[in-house]
Amino acid sequence: MAEFKEAPAGASTGEKLTVWAQNRFPTAFDAYRVHMSEYYAPKNFNFWYFFGALAMLVLVIQIVTGIFLVMHYKPDAAKAFESVEYIMRDVPWGWLVRYMHSTGASAFFVVVYLHMFRGMIYGSYKSPRELVWIFGCAIFLCLMAEAFMGYLLPWGQMSYWGAQVIINLFAAIPFIGPDLSLLIRGDYVVGDATLNRFFSFHVIAVPLVLLGLVVAHLLALHDVGSNNPDGIEIKAKRDPKTGIPLDGIPFHPYYTVHDIMGVGVFLMIFSAVLFFAPEGGGYFLEYNNFIPADPLKTPAHIAPVWYFTPYYSMLRAVTDTMVTVFAVLVGAAGVLATLFGGFKGLWKWAPLVVAVVAAALLKTFDAKFWGVVVMGMAVMILFPLPWLDRSPVRSIRYRPSWNRWLYGMFVLNFVVLGYYGVKPVTDLGTLISQGGTLFYFGFFLLMPWWSRIGEFKAVPDRVVFHAH
Amino acid sequence: MKKLSVLLHSLLCSLLVSMAVLAPAHASSEGPAWDKFDTKRLTDLAALQNGAKLFANYCMNCHAAAYMRYNRLRDIGLTEEQIRDNLIFTGAKVGETMKAALDPKDAKDWFGGVPPDLTLIARSRSDAAKGSGADYIYTYLRSYYRDDTKATGWNNTAFPGVGMPHVLWQLQGQQRALHADEKDPHDAKKTVHVFKGFEAITAGTLNQSEYNLAVADLVAYLQWMSEPVQNDRVRLGVWVLLFLGGFTVIAWRLNASFWKDIK
Repeated sequence: MAEFKEAPAGASTGEKLTVWAQNRFPTAFDAYRVHMSEYYAPKNFNFWYFFGALAMLVLVIQIVTGIFLVMHYKPDAAKAFESVEYIMRDVPWGWLVRYMHSTGASAFFVVVYLHMFRGMIYGSYKSPRELVWIFGCAIFLCLMAEAFMGYLLPWGQMSYWGAQVIINLFAAIPFIGPDLSLLIRGDYVVGDATLNRFFSFHVIAVPLVLLGLVVAHLLALHDVGSNNPDGIEIKAKRDPKTGIPLDGIPFHPYYTVHDIMGVGVFLMIFSAVLFFAPEGGGYFLEYNNFIPADPLKTPAHIAPVWYFTPYYSMLRAVTDTMVTVFAVLVGAAGVLATLFGGFKGLWKWAPLVVAVVAAALLKTFDAKFWGVVVMGMAVMILFPLPWLDRSPVRSIRYRPSWNRWLYGMFVLNFVVLGYYGVKPVTDLGTLISQGGTLFYFGFFLLMPWWSRIGEFKAVPDRVVFHAH
Repeated sequence: MKKLSVLLHSLLCSLLVSMAVLAPAHASSEGPAWDKFDTKRLTDLAALQNGAKLFANYCMNCHAAAYMRYNRLRDIGLTEEQIRDNLIFTGAKVGETMKAALDPKDAKDWFGGVPPDLTLIARSRSDAAKGSGADYIYTYLRSYYRDDTKATGWNNTAFPGVGMPHVLWQLQGQQRALHADEKDPHDAKKTVHVFKGFEAITAGTLNQSEYNLAVADLVAYLQWMSEPVQNDRVRLGVWVLLFLGGFTVIAWRLNASFWKDIK
């Protein structure tokens, strides 16, 4: 009690209340200062820097609409579909809540993909922000699990059969596969047991983990400070008197008001979709999902929702031929590493031995299993990005100009993979998906090499900013 | 005399030609193309009410609309009394959902399967490449033709081998499908049976354009029933977007006024 501050004489009730709270919960007030009014963010944020805040907004939208949906939704295989239609028709404004949740799910991925892309082009994952990136990748993984499990809940044809296909993939894992699938499904086929446990994970387990990871992501970021489009460390140049970075501005009010503008534009696009085209041309609410799940009727085309299709494309691209190609590539990599790896003595042979073992494993297990591995690796390869990138420069602005073409091709490749993931299997589609898969992995696995070559431009010491 | 025969001849020719034109013009890789349903009908209350009447009288004998409540029909301008007196044949209360009259066991015996629920049929049959579910149903209900090789005596170019008979045959009349044998475009050695158009056998109580309008009313009702709030949703959306537009402009100027200070 002795350390309590006193309100000055003649203070208003408001001031006295503030002092009372400050004495008992100083953390809250410190948090406001550390994370808002005295968090100094670079002043040169551009369009790409809206998406983090928008991701948080969509998370809140999903949670709040989710709370209202759970009031009326019935997680029972016999009642689920009907309860969703009940929400759409009989619950006052239920249709709005449902569309907000379904549009929000797709919006989440649009925003998150753009947010991740920003990280890639500006080198936001490089030291000292590696952990921010890793937490972000973990969030992405959780988000995919959350979306996958949420999609089963309406219990439509696509819900059921999409879940059936993806869970069967886990059965392809050697030794543990069938038991793992049984654990995921809760039964020998996708059914009521699956729906119940997916409901529990989707509503409670994964959202809790997501919230925790988002908090960690933001705290880790605020500890080291934000990156910026020029990739310059603003903390290197501080005002000698105040210690405030010269190129830094307080997050509140400058970026809070800036983000409100971004939210306005986002909500306009979000509302346009919600009110005028909630089905999103069959991509946000798939047409087949308006038919109740029927375990006896397999749909002609089973495809995951659009945000998973690039990975689905990679999964389908792994045919027996592709596995042979992998074995050859792995062997070649082993040979190159042995000849040019710079390892000494007996260690020189280590990469070749590993490569031979890997090639043998590739040919032993079913291509279906390797497809699952490739799909998993496509996401996991994001985690070590801070160590794959050996560029001396953070931002794409100061990297060799051809880097822009490379990143552009990466995006185009991802979109093309997504396109073929939506379509049924064709020979041409498989060939293109195989090329796309090799490009995707080549981009990351060869990054230690290509990120170092070329003519880098001089990085300025102050950020490039034009007064508004 | 000659003028009359010329007149009759040209009328018959135009009837056949128009029927051929009505029919799907070409077969795409996934079946014939669908005709377009006129979406303006969705805001025509008289059309929606006529559609509801047709639905209750013709479709509900076998099909359910289990997620649709009878009293929701108030949204298209019917009173509860009108609904109760004219549209409920199963003795259900006006607050209950539209269940079918047909017993599922009988359905399996007579048709080989339970007729699908129609509440969401217009949403579920959409196809990105071919058109909306309403387009499909509009085409489907006008594409029945006599086929004595089928148990029901009917077949359908939009859904070959369908188990459903032509329930509206008395309105449309009976027609047969004309096919011609042509060379397979992928393999010159094979021939394919190509659909060329319909030809009337007997007339129905409605002529062709009257039947098309009746089907359009029914499809409008089905489209409305699949999402009763759709018209309100669009109307609300306009206001929401206007508000958000104003909000964003104000937010933009507020942002500019704060950022004036940053050099």
